Amino acid sequence: MPITMKELALEFDKKNPGITQGHRLCPGCGAPITAKFVLMVAKHLGYDPLVGVATGCLEVSTTIYPYTAWSIPYIHNAFENISATVSGVETASRALKKWGKIPQDKRHAFIAFGGDGGTYDIGLQSLSGAVERGHNFLYVLYDNEGYMNTGNQRSGSTPPGAQTTTAPVGKVIPGKPQLKKNIVEIIAAHENVYAATVSLSDPVDFFNKVEKGLNFQGPAFLAAMSPCVRFWRVPESDTVKIARLAVESNYWPLYEVEKGVYRVTRKPKSFKPVEEFLKSQGRFRPLLSRPDADKIVGELQAYVDARWERLLALEEATKDKPIRK
Amino acid sequence: MAAKGWKEIPIGGTITEAGNAKEVKTGSWRVMRPIHDKNKCTSCMLCWLYCPDQAILQTQGHMDGINYDYCKGCGLCSSVCPAKAIEMKAETEFLE
Repeated sequence: MPITMKELALEFDKKNPGITQGHRLCPGCGAPITAKFVLMVAKHLGYDPLVGVATGCLEVSTTIYPYTAWSIPYIHNAFENISATVSGVETASRALKKWGKIPQDKRHAFIAFGGDGGTYDIGLQSLSGAVERGHNFLYVLYDNEGYMNTGNQRSGSTPPGAQTTTAPVGKVIPGKPQLKKNIVEIIAAHENVYAATVSLSDPVDFFNKVEKGLNFQGPAFLAAMSPCVRFWRVPESDTVKIARLAVESNYWPLYEVEKGVYRVTRKPKSFKPVEEFLKSQGRFRPLLSRPDADKIVGELQAYVDARWERLLALEEATKDKPIRK
Repeated sequence: MAAKGWKEIPIGGTITEAGNAKEVKTGSWRVMRPIHDKNKCTSCMLCWLYCPDQAILQTQGHMDGINYDYCKGCGLCSSVCPAKAIEMKAETEFLE
C-alpha cells in the first residue's frame, strides 16, 4: 500500500519526525523538507531511525552548539566518511544483536544524509565502499548542486552554465563547462543496490521510494532534488516550484534502478523545454545574457533528450533481468 | 536561551537534551508573515507537508494555523496552497 499524505498527517500531528523546529537552515530550504520526508516514512513504517549527517548545510545548521535539532540518535562525521560511519553503526547494531545486548526484533533504519559535495565529490569513495560491502543502510543525497554551505562553489553536481564563485560566467568562459555527474548510474553500477531519484515536488513517489529503499535488503541510495533558494537565486517561496520545473522539464527524470533493473516512475506525454527551468533561476541569468547562450542551452537540451531516450531503452532492455539475485 | 559560561557546560561540551533546538525561536527571522484564512482552507495538508520549519499547526489532519515562534516567513506554504488560503503580509504591518 502506498503511503499517503493523510496517513502521515494523522500520525505526525503532534509527534516529531526526528528533526525539530529551531534549526538554522535558510527560510524555504529544501534540505529539511527532504530530511523530514525520509524520517516520517521511516517512523511510519515502524523503524527506529538512526541518522548520520555528512558535513554540509544540513549538519552545520541543525547542530549549532549548544543546540541540536535532532531528537533521534544522530552522528556527524566529515564530508568524506559518513557512509563509512553509518556502515560501522549498522555493523555494531548487528554485533550487539548477536550478543543479546539489544533485542533481536529491534528494527533500526540506518540513514545517512549527505549534500552533493559530500556525495558526488568528497564522500564518493566511502559511499562506494559501503555500498560494495552491502551494508543495510539508506543514503539520502539532498542535491542542491554546489557547495552552498561555504558560499556557492562548483561541485560535480553543478549543471553547465551555472554561476558559481569558482566557475563564474565571464567574457570567455560560460560558467561551469562540464555536465553534471550521473551519480545514480555510478551507484547503480554497484549492482547489489537500490538507487533512485526523487523530487520534493512528487511526495507520493518520494514516500514510495523511501519505503522501497528502507525495505530493500542491502544498500539503498536516493538522490533528492532539493533546491537551494540562496544560491540558485530564486525566491524563498519557490523551492517546490523549481523542483517541479526540474522534473517537468526532464532535467531531473524520476526513475529507479533495482539490482540493474531500470524503471522510469514518471512518464509524461511531453516535457517542457529545459530553457524554462534555466530561466526560472538567477544563477543562469549571466549565462542567458551571453550571445552564445542558445548554443549552450541547446547542448544541454540535446543531452537531456538523449538521456531520456537512453533511460527508456534501458528500461526496455533490463526488464525482468536483474543482474544479481 | 541565555548563554552559558564554561563552568555550566557539561564535560566534553555534550548536549544533554535531544532536539533542544526548539528553544531557538527562529520566528524572529521573519520579514513576511503568512496569514491563514480558515474559510478558504480545505485542510489539504500541503503546507504542513512542505513547511521546512514545521511551523504549521494541525490536529488530526485539520489545519489550525501557523506557529509564529518558528515560522521564518519563507512563504512556501502560501505558494503550494491550492486554495490560496495563506496570504503573505509584510511584518511591518504588524508593528505596534
